Amino acid sequence: MNTTINMPLAGVMALAALTGAAQAEIRLGASVSASGPAAFLGDPEGKTLEMMVELINEAGGINGEEIALTLYDDGGDPNKARTFATRLVEDDEVVAIIGGSTTGTTMSILDVAEDEGIPFISLAGAISIIDPVREYVFKTPHTDRMACEKIFADMQEQGISKIGMISGTDGFGASMQAQCKEVAGDHGIEILADETYGPQDADMTPQLTRIRDTEGVQAVLNPGFGQGPAIVTRNVAQLGFEIPLYQSHGVASNAFIELTGKEAAEGVRLPGTALLIGDLLSEDDPQYQVVTDYIAAYKAKYDQDPSTFAGYAHDAMALMTDAIARAGGEDPSAIRDALEQTSGFVGTTGTYTFTPEDHLGLDQSAFRMLEITDGGWKQVD
Amino acid sequence: MDALLQFIFSGVTVGAVYALVALGFTIIYNASDVVNFAQGEFVMLGGMITVFAHQAGLPLALAAVLAIIVTAAIGVALNKLAIEPARGAPVVSVIIITIGASILIRGATQLIFDKQLHRFPAFSGDDPIRVMGATILPQSLWVTGGALVVFAGLWLFFTRTLTGKAVLATANNRIAAQLVGINTGAIMTLSFGLSAAIGALAGVLITPITLVSYDVGVALALKGFAAAMLGGMGNPKGALVGGLMLGLLEALTAGYLSSQYKDAVAFIVILAVLFVMPQGIFGKSSTERV
Amino acid sequence: MMAGRRKWLQLGVLAALIVLLPLFFPSGYYYRVGALIFVNALSVVGLVILIGYAGQISLGHAGFAGIGAYACALAPQHLGLHPGLAMLLGALISGVVALLIGRPILRLKGYYLAVATLGFGILMSMVLTNERALTGGPDGMSVEDLGLRAMLRELGWRLSGGEMWYGVSGIALLIGAWVALNLLDSPSGRAMRALHGSEIAASTVGIDIARQKLRAFVISAVYASIAGSLLALQNGFITPDVAGFMHSIEMVTMAVLGGVGSVFGGILGAAILTFLPQLLTVFAEYEQLVLGAVMILVMIFLPQGLLPSIGRRIGRKGE
Repeated sequence: MNTTINMPLAGVMALAALTGAAQAEIRLGASVSASGPAAFLGDPEGKTLEMMVELINEAGGINGEEIALTLYDDGGDPNKARTFATRLVEDDEVVAIIGGSTTGTTMSILDVAEDEGIPFISLAGAISIIDPVREYVFKTPHTDRMACEKIFADMQEQGISKIGMISGTDGFGASMQAQCKEVAGDHGIEILADETYGPQDADMTPQLTRIRDTEGVQAVLNPGFGQGPAIVTRNVAQLGFEIPLYQSHGVASNAFIELTGKEAAEGVRLPGTALLIGDLLSEDDPQYQVVTDYIAAYKAKYDQDPSTFAGYAHDAMALMTDAIARAGGEDPSAIRDALEQTSGFVGTTGTYTFTPEDHLGLDQSAFRMLEITDGGWKQVD
Repeated sequence: MDALLQFIFSGVTVGAVYALVALGFTIIYNASDVVNFAQGEFVMLGGMITVFAHQAGLPLALAAVLAIIVTAAIGVALNKLAIEPARGAPVVSVIIITIGASILIRGATQLIFDKQLHRFPAFSGDDPIRVMGATILPQSLWVTGGALVVFAGLWLFFTRTLTGKAVLATANNRIAAQLVGINTGAIMTLSFGLSAAIGALAGVLITPITLVSYDVGVALALKGFAAAMLGGMGNPKGALVGGLMLGLLEALTAGYLSSQYKDAVAFIVILAVLFVMPQGIFGKSSTERV
Repeated sequence: MMAGRRKWLQLGVLAALIVLLPLFFPSGYYYRVGALIFVNALSVVGLVILIGYAGQISLGHAGFAGIGAYACALAPQHLGLHPGLAMLLGALISGVVALLIGRPILRLKGYYLAVATLGFGILMSMVLTNERALTGGPDGMSVEDLGLRAMLRELGWRLSGGEMWYGVSGIALLIGAWVALNLLDSPSGRAMRALHGSEIAASTVGIDIARQKLRAFVISAVYASIAGSLLALQNGFITPDVAGFMHSIEMVTMAVLGGVGSVFGGILGAAILTFLPQLLTVFAEYEQLVLGAVMILVMIFLPQGLLPSIGRRIGRKGE
């Protein structure tokens, strides 16, 4: 494996030493939802981007040039996101954009990026971002559909074929709900009950009671993020469900276990990335180095664990700087081309290989099925 | 049958949350005719300050008391710094001031604390209480009990105490109230302090159920406001009944009709009630002065 | 007539500002901000008619913006309607909806009216969020291009998207302001203004209160709807946020902050509250803090809003 690609920071450092530090700077732009209803996603993403730029610059920048990051908070509002995207391109004259914490904000930014020919890596889940493929648009998170497939595959293994769903009506939950319903049939899964809750709801026992009282339900699946899934998990425990509860990658963080409490979270299954089980990875796991380095740096700076979403931002920044280093300049279309040629790049989420037909570049293997046991995570596949 | 009971338990739990928020609106409204749109932020502060004081090592009860005192002080400060100086401004300007205050408090909270979700343990554990096949968490009883106690306290305050009557008099006619010797400035201070304290108490009680983060105030204020209007603004009985009705409506709709449109059904019922009773269920009809 | 001349003078100043401002734009991004200001100002002008003149409050006008926006997204897709016509269809639907719900709602007063309009707004945004098959749900849906830019290009007029929308929104605002000023000058406008003073007094001089309130409500709904359509067409993409509670609050705040007693106060409020967050990105962390403080301070020191208060300070009557 190519080590300069595997460890971008080290490679960049070496290049910097060779070329000598020129004082020019590379302008990168970002718009994330650091406040508002999607702050849960955007806040750690923004923190990660800032931290990584600091680290890269401390290490000598890219090809001897420092990165100047312009970071905006779009509050999860697609209208604002579009304004900031325009501002990044027209006013701040950035060569590339990272961001779009939600699908809505991403769709707003990608229009501008496509129009102006600026490479853009999105941090949102929907499959519609990269299907159909758009020339300048890439993304780092798994699609919701892949999460559904991972969960359904695990259910099949457990001999589960009839489930009840309870989804948040926020963008994340609604999008995943729709994707799961689309692919359920492919895995022989039948959705017998399909309930929803509002993102700010305080109690979901009525919906869960309906699921419980539906004949034949063998498991419950809860797509959503924020406080909703924590409350659902607590309500499931309250009602004394005897069937397994599956959560989505939307809650894959240690904070989730703290919020629900150890007892209620026990036995919950969800698809997560290597980032969650950094301390459980064996040293010869390809992701070991990048994951442990990132967790250590983030913890040192912010005194928190990085969430899965933060990992998406990490990978986007790493991919982008790697592409800029390889493009050897600041021409947006050259950066785009370099990005598309990325191959075998190891991130916290998985190993990325972009092609002209695939601007996500991840496969199912990057997801790991995790189960919460004794207040911690255990890989079960 | 046990399903119906479960829906009712859920409705009462959620309804008590709304009722607590709605009760907080009552005092300020009674003293000044102002609906304080920062009321949800008081609830949020109650939860957030308790979380962080508890994390800093304070026992939970002490942390909660501290949160209530600090929030009450913030309420008083809001009155002194923003509401009093704007006396005589049109009501819509005062609404904007309270909205501005809620944005400001949110902004300050995310700076001082953080943007994460938090929770502290329930007061009496998480073991559900079983009643005829349905379950309810002990914390729900705390919230419901809290709403009832606050309601009883306010009801006694407004009907049995001189200060309470002075609050009502101040709202009714400020100048007349001053003429009969009521210190209207002190009444306003008291109302804001008390409303903020009730809000913070609500935050303390509900956080183990609803969780808390810097931005939960808006949704709570919205539902609490709707509940208070449904019951009749200014009347503690209205706040309690309005809150419980709203909660039960949502739970029963989610249980029997559609969880997707449970909030919609709740608002349709509110609209319908207001069409028939334009002052809410317990609102007093008033004649407008020319 | 003095009033007539003054109206044209005000409109002339607004037109001159719209035409001349781009000379000072350092980059294309300012066209975008300008276009947003004009679109927001358009819906705020509608609210000035409702709040400032008819004295009625609404916390749900984003619901009408949602109707306008989704009309532009849905009608071309499902009815094969041109996006421009879809905008008119949206305005028509908004007007009819306002007419239907306005009759019962407007019997309510003060905060009860506020909660009823709030309920309407929330119902709208809930429908847009939940009817995923039709609206794409919270992820939103894309909006067909108006085709105006391509048309202008054929006429030999090459404009960037930002420049074109700056122009289109600017013209829409001018028309909106002109209609509003004419309306407020007309006999029914004066009748409406009488409501703001005292409904009872107005009724004793023979003004049909219910009718005038309803008129103001329907007109303001149409303004919000057209603004929503313009936003959707400009962004080429729309989510239910456009109909959200926060958007309603934002609109009212703009109107009140600028001065709800005058059309140009509303426009000023829209300009400030649209531009301020852009300015505050430098202190990203403190943005909300500053925004909240500005709102409080303006209302304490200039309770009638910026424009009328400033106007009075320099010795003219704010109008």
